[in-house]
Amino acid sequence: MNKIKNNTFLLEIDNITVKYSSITALKDLSLYIKKGEMLSVIGANGAGKTTLLKTIAGALKPVKGDIRFEGFSIKQLRPDKIVKHGIVMVPEGRKIFPDLTVKENLELGGYTIKDRVLKKELFELVLKTFPRLKDRLKQHGGTLSGGEQQMLAMGRALMGNPRLLLLDEPSMGLSPIFTREIFSLIELIRKEKSISIIIVEQNAHMALEHSQRTYVLENGQITMEGLSSELKNNPKVIDAYLGV
Amino acid sequence: MEQISYILQQVVNGIQLGAVYALIALGYTMVYGVLRLINFAHGDVFMLGAFVAYFLISKFGLPVYLVFILTMVSCALVGYVIEKVAYKPLRDAPKISLLITAVGVSLFLEYFLSLKALFTPNYIPFPKPFEIETYDLSFFVITNVQLLIFIITFISLFILYLLIYKTRYGIAMRAVSYDKETASLMGVGIDGIISFTFIIGASLAGVGGILYGIAYPQINVFMGIMPGIKSFIAAVLGGIGIIHGAVVGGLIIGLCEVFVSAFLSSTFRDGVIFIILFAVLLFRPMGIFGKRIEKV
Repeated sequence: MNKIKNNTFLLEIDNITVKYSSITALKDLSLYIKKGEMLSVIGANGAGKTTLLKTIAGALKPVKGDIRFEGFSIKQLRPDKIVKHGIVMVPEGRKIFPDLTVKENLELGGYTIKDRVLKKELFELVLKTFPRLKDRLKQHGGTLSGGEQQMLAMGRALMGNPRLLLLDEPSMGLSPIFTREIFSLIELIRKEKSISIIIVEQNAHMALEHSQRTYVLENGQITMEGLSSELKNNPKVIDAYLGV
Repeated sequence: MEQISYILQQVVNGIQLGAVYALIALGYTMVYGVLRLINFAHGDVFMLGAFVAYFLISKFGLPVYLVFILTMVSCALVGYVIEKVAYKPLRDAPKISLLITAVGVSLFLEYFLSLKALFTPNYIPFPKPFEIETYDLSFFVITNVQLLIFIITFISLFILYLLIYKTRYGIAMRAVSYDKETASLMGVGIDGIISFTFIIGASLAGVGGILYGIAYPQINVFMGIMPGIKSFIAAVLGGIGIIHGAVVGGLIIGLCEVFVSAFLSSTFRDGVIFIILFAVLLFRPMGIFGKRIEKV
């Protein structure tokens, strides 16, 4: 790849292989995302979607290959340092801290933000984006419904002032109404805050609908990639992921 | 009337002992929270606190408040170093390796410090930092030592409460106790929080050591063993990993010990505490405040 092209990428994954002891979870995987883009990765259970996001977030380390964010290699960095660089993940199953209040969950999301003024701005922004959380600040995270927990998880991630947001199965366990609401909020975040987003989803329909480009992940390898609007009509994708 | 007064007196004495157990139990429970480790060396940090205070008072004649500050700093440092040297290299090792290492650190501290050139294995009288006075409150008597213990414990608990519930480090510590991976994905440096936890726990054990030295003025390198075990039982009784559980557990254990000594016989003092441990493990293993563990 030529250098000029590289500079336009926000994140670039170059031929990474990730293993769990002896099992290869991702093999020679390459991927990029442009600034302001919403990228979706679809695939079946166990295809390696969560592994991919955890590797970007630094919770797993690739045995080979490189991950560059804004031109800098981040593959050796610990997860907390990667958050400081501006990549924040919303984990699968939301992983809200149930014994912390909603406010404390949000404060934890802003753990890396030292600037008090910025922190307050982010807090206001989160409450503006997710007004449902406003009335629940003193409640424990565990008392929220699934959809509210997803909002809290996303709000918590936004508190870290990310430039790249990684969303792992945001629609999991949510009703269709809540799923639509969550996706429109994701759109809003991307457009208004110019935050780039990588979303992995089993709900391929929603993912293809809302993203610009899509990668199809099968057994730890990318088997298809392209514009979401085109993949949506690809017979193979329809057959395997959209289910008629 | 006399009987009531006697009981009240035992309550005061029990709280005095229980307060010290509570201070030690907090360290066990917080470290368990972040590492799932029973830090067996914790009782020895308590012992070290008593010895540091002993040197500061007898060799340097420092005022009481400075003794507290310097002892807490020394114990915090020791707690920090123990974690970095002994436990951190085992972060990904099986839990049993960590547990055995903790026992090793405990034995090392006890036997290394009992060298003749260091603390010696002998009992050493703990110097009086001030003259002991007794106040007669008609129903019971209270000494200035007991008042000091109550006040210092109260202040320590209050500061701890602020640290844990009102600072970002406290929120992060609670998050790490619940789920390390997710906490790190939120930007929390896990190693820093673990160090923070050891520092807080060791400082509280240091405070406990000074108070214990003042109240029971005989110190020895092995003095941390029994209070350590009893405080650990207190933490289990309250629900291991639960901060207010450690305080309540400590007070209950202290009161039980004093009441058994007063109404049964001091020979049964330690035995009863172990019976409490057995009973908790048999009938309510999650402790008083613990949530019921789901059966699989």
